[in-house]
Amino acid sequence: MFGYNVTLAIKSMRRNPMMTALMIAAVAVGIGVSMTTLSVYYMMSGNPIPQKSEKLFAVTLDAWNPIRPFDSNKPELPPHQVTFQDADRLLALAEGKRQVAMYESSLVVEPRNEDELPFEATARVTSGDFFAMFDVPFLHGDGWDRSSDAAAEAVVVLTKQLNERLFGGKNSVGEWLTMGGSRFQITGVIDTWEPTPRFYDPINGGFQEVNEMFIPFGLTRSLELDSNGSDWGWKSEDISSFGDWLNSEAIWLQYFVELESARDRDSFVAHLDAYAEEQKKLGRFQRPLNNRLYDVMEWMDYHEVVANDSSVLLGLSFLFLVVCLLSTITLLLTKFIGKKGETSLRRALGASRRIIFRQQIVEVAVIGFSGGLIGLALAFLGLQGIQYVYQSPPGLIRLDWVIVLTAIVAAIVSSMVAGLYPAWRVCQVPPATQLKTQ
Amino acid sequence: MLQMTDIKKIYRTELVETHALRNMTLAVDEGEFVAVTGPSGSGKTTFLNIAGLLESFEHGSFVLDGKDVSHLNDDERSVYRNRKIGFIFQSFNLIPDLNLFENVDVPLRYRRLPAGERKQRIENALETVGLASRMKHLPAQLSGGQQQRVAIARALAGEPRLLLADEPTGNLDSAMAGQVMELLESIHAGGTTIVMVTHDPDLARRAGRNIHLTDGRVSDHHVAHLQEEIPRSAQLETGSLECSATT
Repeated sequence: MFGYNVTLAIKSMRRNPMMTALMIAAVAVGIGVSMTTLSVYYMMSGNPIPQKSEKLFAVTLDAWNPIRPFDSNKPELPPHQVTFQDADRLLALAEGKRQVAMYESSLVVEPRNEDELPFEATARVTSGDFFAMFDVPFLHGDGWDRSSDAAAEAVVVLTKQLNERLFGGKNSVGEWLTMGGSRFQITGVIDTWEPTPRFYDPINGGFQEVNEMFIPFGLTRSLELDSNGSDWGWKSEDISSFGDWLNSEAIWLQYFVELESARDRDSFVAHLDAYAEEQKKLGRFQRPLNNRLYDVMEWMDYHEVVANDSSVLLGLSFLFLVVCLLSTITLLLTKFIGKKGETSLRRALGASRRIIFRQQIVEVAVIGFSGGLIGLALAFLGLQGIQYVYQSPPGLIRLDWVIVLTAIVAAIVSSMVAGLYPAWRVCQVPPATQLKTQ
Repeated sequence: MLQMTDIKKIYRTELVETHALRNMTLAVDEGEFVAVTGPSGSGKTTFLNIAGLLESFEHGSFVLDGKDVSHLNDDERSVYRNRKIGFIFQSFNLIPDLNLFENVDVPLRYRRLPAGERKQRIENALETVGLASRMKHLPAQLSGGQQQRVAIARALAGEPRLLLADEPTGNLDSAMAGQVMELLESIHAGGTTIVMVTHDPDLARRAGRNIHLTDGRVSDHHVAHLQEEIPRSAQLETGSLECSATT
């Protein structure tokens, strides 16, 4: 009977193409707009590393100004980055399963092809644990170990894109590359890896692209690598050398730790507090103890990666879908009432109210499905437009299968809900009144 | 086949009450061909709608093919209507964007018959009305008489026990009306009970029995001369063809 009802629905839709087109358009526009905003919201609020987001923690230490808090609007919160000296010492203490200190820098790359000019590429200066800690997939080779960090070895891991540009995509592990005047040996090439949001550094852009290469944190001092990211300071310090900068109270590094259990989390906080107490004896950390860990999703909330405006926009877009559906209800009422002659005839020939109701609901479901497909196309165009306007990296905002499925289900279900009243109305028409006049 | 007892039907609006049927009592035996006549507003169509389980009634009882159908719910009435009753309407009531095959298929779909059986029944029914070769045509491609024959085929395909015809020739010229009437007579000859509402006294005379309605009551009835020419009708005793009106 379902197949028969679908056939009848298609015939009915063909009978009045203009009205059908209007109904499909109403559903399509509503779905298109709501799915565009939902896609953006979903992309922004998604868990970028669901398999271990509860085991990865951003570390914050309150070594800030004893007179005023880091953020006067949220005085209870410690600063969101750490100083180089704290990062360096915490790395050396090596508490926890894995830990990384990191920041964003850039290096001028000298291509091996002499016809190509040198170019600047962004680099994440980080610890060797970065790759295992964040489940970074490798295409060729591997990262580096803690000994390479400690020895400040000039090694590098390239992204797939940079490897494509420099080596035409071939396995470049073991090759040498000159960057910033130093020679680096390539230890690995990562595969496509686009955590969205970029959870490990939301401070410098939660929706930025992954850096083009990764180099050891230990090179910071020897190569005097500057940070491309934001830094904050509170203390008036005499900084006349790179060493002074590294020893300053300026905060500009992100620090993450991987912990296996809640008990590990508690003991790591205790470890941070012990470290802070030790630093207090040296005249630092003059504020009350306030060292905190944030798991990945807490870290996203801390940085308001999903702005409140996005939630409001999402709500508005669904309100717009409701308005579109109200228009559809009006059109459906007109259409179904126009079909009451045929409906009465079908009732005379043996269809119960229930059967007629089902037939009408199948028809609106087919309309909804059609509207959903067109709505998806509109959402795709909408996302392309957003990508163009905001100049976001290609592929960052996209329709994934969850959104596609959601769009189709939402279109069908919302259309069916919209069709309930018109379908009910047409079932209430007494068949005998129509048969004489049809 | 059909036994209505003391049936009362009132249509109500905010301003007016219309008594369409007033304590109507009527019986139609199996195999009869009954013509129902009467002036406009006499209750002919209301009677036919109640007989076809398309309308409910306020008072009385209605037994159809041995079953009291007075208090059936919508689902039960629909199933019973589908299995027992065939309809023929004045304005044919074919669905314009379904071809002849699909139009005849409509009542069979609701009976959930297997596809093969439906196909067989549809082909037989269209064969009976002489339109088997045009089953892929749309109704608009047929003349009025042909459309009414399709409507008859649709009614026949369900192999109904009772055929209800509401002015079946009302929209046809006399030649086509004659053909349709001959078709109904042959169906009746096959054993199907027919109740036909008509304004046309000539057509009414071709039925086995005439019932005349006035103001929602049976005001007159008589056995037509054709009764003797139809073997099944001839077997019926006059006493069993009781019809009465109670005021």
